[in-house]
Amino acid sequence: MPELLAATLLKTEGLTRHFKIGGALSRQTLHAVDDVSITIGEREIVALAGESGSGKSTVARLLARVYRPTSGSVTFAGEPLARIRSRRDGLRYSGQVPMVFQDPFSSINPVFRVSHGVLRALKLHRPELSAAQRRAEAARVFEVVGLTADKLDAYPHELSGGQRQRVGFAQALATRPKLILADEPVSMLDVSVRIGLLNLMAKLRDEEGVSILYITHDIASARYVADRLIVMYAGQVAESGPIEDVLADPRHPYTQLLVSNVPDPKAPPPQADYELTGAGRVVPGSGPGQGGERGDGVPPLPGVERGLGPQGNTEPPKVIDPAPGCRFRPRCPLAIDVCATVTPPLLPFPGTQTAREAACHVAHAVKEPT
Amino acid sequence: MLEVSGLSVHYPTGRGSPVVAVDDVSFTVGRGEFLAIVGESGCGKSTLLFAIARLLSDPARITAGTVTFRGDNLVAMTDRQLSAVRWEHLSVVMQSAMNALNPVKSVGAQFADALRAHGTRSRKVIAARSADVIKLVGVDPVHLNSYPHQLSGGMRQRAMIAMALLFTPDLVIMDEPTSALDVVAQRSLMTQIKQLQAELGFAIVFVTHDMSLVSHFSDRLLVMYAGQVAELGATRHVFDQPLHPYSRGLLEAFPAIRGPKVPLTGIPGAPPSLSTIPNECRFLPRCPQSVAECATRVPELIEKDGTLVRCLNC
Repeated sequence: MPELLAATLLKTEGLTRHFKIGGALSRQTLHAVDDVSITIGEREIVALAGESGSGKSTVARLLARVYRPTSGSVTFAGEPLARIRSRRDGLRYSGQVPMVFQDPFSSINPVFRVSHGVLRALKLHRPELSAAQRRAEAARVFEVVGLTADKLDAYPHELSGGQRQRVGFAQALATRPKLILADEPVSMLDVSVRIGLLNLMAKLRDEEGVSILYITHDIASARYVADRLIVMYAGQVAESGPIEDVLADPRHPYTQLLVSNVPDPKAPPPQADYELTGAGRVVPGSGPGQGGERGDGVPPLPGVERGLGPQGNTEPPKVIDPAPGCRFRPRCPLAIDVCATVTPPLLPFPGTQTAREAACHVAHAVKEPT
Repeated sequence: MLEVSGLSVHYPTGRGSPVVAVDDVSFTVGRGEFLAIVGESGCGKSTLLFAIARLLSDPARITAGTVTFRGDNLVAMTDRQLSAVRWEHLSVVMQSAMNALNPVKSVGAQFADALRAHGTRSRKVIAARSADVIKLVGVDPVHLNSYPHQLSGGMRQRAMIAMALLFTPDLVIMDEPTSALDVVAQRSLMTQIKQLQAELGFAIVFVTHDMSLVSHFSDRLLVMYAGQVAELGATRHVFDQPLHPYSRGLLEAFPAIRGPKVPLTGIPGAPPSLSTIPNECRFLPRCPQSVAECATRVPELIEKDGTLVRCLNC
């Protein structure tokens, strides 16, 4: 697995998407994605994590050209997306950057055989192939994703959820993609078949040389398959870096919260979760936190495990007409004065071997040498 | 307090043999206990819950067994008798709060409906009780005037749980109440459920497909496979020493968040069709440790180290 950044395949700069909501009298702006600058390298699986509403899917749709950015730019293989004008160029791009959707039960047309989608994609994106060649190519991609060729003639209802999601990947693969945008591809599947799909994603990277943007809220599965992690919060990038480094030593308080909340059945029983006192009331645990072994020996920050800010607030952040300042501040136990007034920029940590970035005043204040 | 004994549920198919979604399931739940039921989709866990609450709709039919709750057999009750028990003593939290709440009525109005249906007439009492339970789950009582679409997913689920607690029931049945939430909201809701249980003393039957979620919260764990109990034991025990190969497979299907990375395989294959039941272990086609005997008879539930397990070779 690549330790350093691979050659850049896709790059966004200041990518922003706002939505106008409300009637004529109560115009408001929802900041779904705000100033997101990320890169995806070649042959790289990048996990994009965050809670619901954090803008992960909007980023994927911006990259897939479903939405046009409000501002900012996307560059794919050196070419800015804004320069795509003709239908032919658009088609070529969407063949190179296809999407795989969350719900395998509604993303495949139930009245056609599952080969329909693959053959159509081939007809559209690779018109040079004859009908027989298309059929052979469809059989080939089915085999790559772990389905036998006889499944080409099955109807979606005859396949299990895991098999249907493999069909989704086969469709994406048919157009010879460079980058697959996979929006929560395994979250609807049973635990026992999820791993198979994750292994498939790793195989596509290693054997077919495809990059994947893996959108998920399941950090453990991201760790299993991804090379890098980008954590989003309230439409902005909170932290990014090589996934092992980020999970071993999360710098942004939101990443710390996220990591410590992942259920870990192998961890010892939960003295940190709840305790019974004599009166039968439960008080928040005072046991050791589960912030993970931080590489530099810094103990997990108090209160971070529960995500409780000064007001005990766990509700979603304000993304409608947000004021300047850190959007995580209401939940952040570490907030300092500057967090209320200045939006923390996404900055690299100087002196680190790997490319790590975080958007947090406190993290940078702590980490910078004095 | 709740005793399920030999419960079977069939879905007639019109093509001969019915689909046996729940097959001879027995277990008990004590006062204030937290029992988790885990299994893949289609293993019959939701059907089992619905059968216990007598919420099955046609054509599903309870064909055998009893559900004894507070000394009465729910299976033999008439609808009128049932409605006295439901919600007051036994309440259900449905999987998707999005669909289970009425979108055109405020949350408070839905609370009031339930209270009125069980004989509370005074507006004052209704308002006070509604405010009490919604505070209990950590939601501001102003949201009683909110409509479901104005609440976040976590708040909607909390409102559903508050509704289930309107009458301080003895048993709350939960069908994947957290599956639509992200990890942070999931964790905080689970902790809250556990706190409420400690305060109010109700028992919980909690159905989920995410085994790791309940690892720190449930007292006992029931692993269901293909309509049957595969393993039933103390949660910690099952996690530390899973006996049934299916339980082990489920546990090993989770990538770890820390520690060394190991390649995982999941469980190959798919669960069997429940309409044609072979005379062999139902897990046989997917089992990594089967012996010749597995193909000749259906294994019984046997007790081993205090855990019930349905396996001939463990």
